[in-house]
Amino acid sequence: MSDRIISRGFLGRRRDAGPPGRVPPGQYVTPDFPVLSAGPTPRTPLDRWTFEVRGNVMRPQRWSWAEFQALPRDEVKADIHCVTKWSKLDTQWRGVSLDFLLETVEAKGEFVVAFCDGGYTTNLPLADVVGGKAWVVDEYGGSPLDAEHGGPARLLVPHLYFWKSAKWVRGLEITMDDQPGFWEEAGYHNRGDPWKEERYRGD
Amino acid sequence: MPSSAPARRIEWRAARVIETRDETPHARTLVLDVPEWPGHHAGQHVDVRLTAEDGYQAERSYSIASAPSSRYLELTIERLDDGEVSPYLADVVQPGDVFELRGPIGGYFIWLPQLRRPLALIAGGSGIVPLMAMLRLRAMLDDAPSAHLLYSVRSPEDVIYGAEIERLAASDARLSVACTFTRRHAPDWNGYTRRIDRMMLEEAIPALGESPLIYVCGPTSMVELAATELVAIGHPPAAIRTERFGPSGTNGNR
Repeated sequence: MSDRIISRGFLGRRRDAGPPGRVPPGQYVTPDFPVLSAGPTPRTPLDRWTFEVRGNVMRPQRWSWAEFQALPRDEVKADIHCVTKWSKLDTQWRGVSLDFLLETVEAKGEFVVAFCDGGYTTNLPLADVVGGKAWVVDEYGGSPLDAEHGGPARLLVPHLYFWKSAKWVRGLEITMDDQPGFWEEAGYHNRGDPWKEERYRGD
Repeated sequence: MPSSAPARRIEWRAARVIETRDETPHARTLVLDVPEWPGHHAGQHVDVRLTAEDGYQAERSYSIASAPSSRYLELTIERLDDGEVSPYLADVVQPGDVFELRGPIGGYFIWLPQLRRPLALIAGGSGIVPLMAMLRLRAMLDDAPSAHLLYSVRSPEDVIYGAEIERLAASDARLSVACTFTRRHAPDWNGYTRRIDRMMLEEAIPALGESPLIYVCGPTSMVELAATELVAIGHPPAAIRTERFGPSGTNGNR
């Protein structure tokens, strides 16, 4: 590490640093909601949309859009942190808690792989998605979630870098072993804790 | 499959500015000497970290413009007027200055010479930068696949690498270049003068039957539109790789 290299003439624009304790190292606060995706935005019609929880579970489940809408919902207010350095504070979401989904199927594994339209996957330890830490959300700021931002539904795991909050999520596979997902295979960190700056493999 | 390589941290390195080159009124290329640079693939980016005298730091990501084999690492920085890092890199930094970077980063938006399919590159504004690394790499190959660049910019003075792209196209019958000016164009310009649309995509890049591998990079709104139209034309989503920057509809952030 070469922390002592001073950038001659660099002052910085401190207003992007955000309130103390809210913004992890290396991040800046933006009022915008940037969009980052590896490919085209998929658009699955709601009448063909299902959400499935399968793998190491006692009772695999599949919900239609209408059934999913009928599940108990949480209001979530959270700060989100993208590995590309922006953070957005106090974002408001509505969706179904993973605690509820995983209890419903009686999950028995150690890890979860979220799978999505477009072939995207991301992996998480079960411990990172239970205890009020993760949701499948379909509303942002009081409106249906835009396709660009992952609608009709995306995962929300705000305590990890935002690529873990997989867009266009269609289900969860509960596994016994850890299976790195799309970005995790492409050089990003396997867990992605923004407070430890776990951006890339080896961080 | 999970990589079997041990997880090595991507270390911060000191990059020394060798030369700066103005590309447009808003963009400047920094030629950097980065000791022990591990090499990169065309399309990857780096993280830059600036440190103020009092220890305050700011990090941003920038695409690599230079070909993998080039002696120096080149970044082309577009100045965002409300930006924190880009005005420093685009205006303040001088030859001899040193700042930190780490990389290369990104294992998906990359083009490898062994990919034999026709290459379709669609750029909006400074989204040309990672695609230029691909064109520069391709120009060094003996038996490169055909390549087709569609470049959308606001006005003629916003074209980055214009002279080099013209030179590459003039000497390579298998490289086609189409440009569109969305805001202002020269009086004698007889090419496209509109935002990228389906007809333009059908004209400027290889047809479905040729199975092009498509890379789209630019502002979010432009990338969303191009990728959606490409899918509508029938290109398989898996053949379309995108890199978006900025909030919806405007430039920003990268």
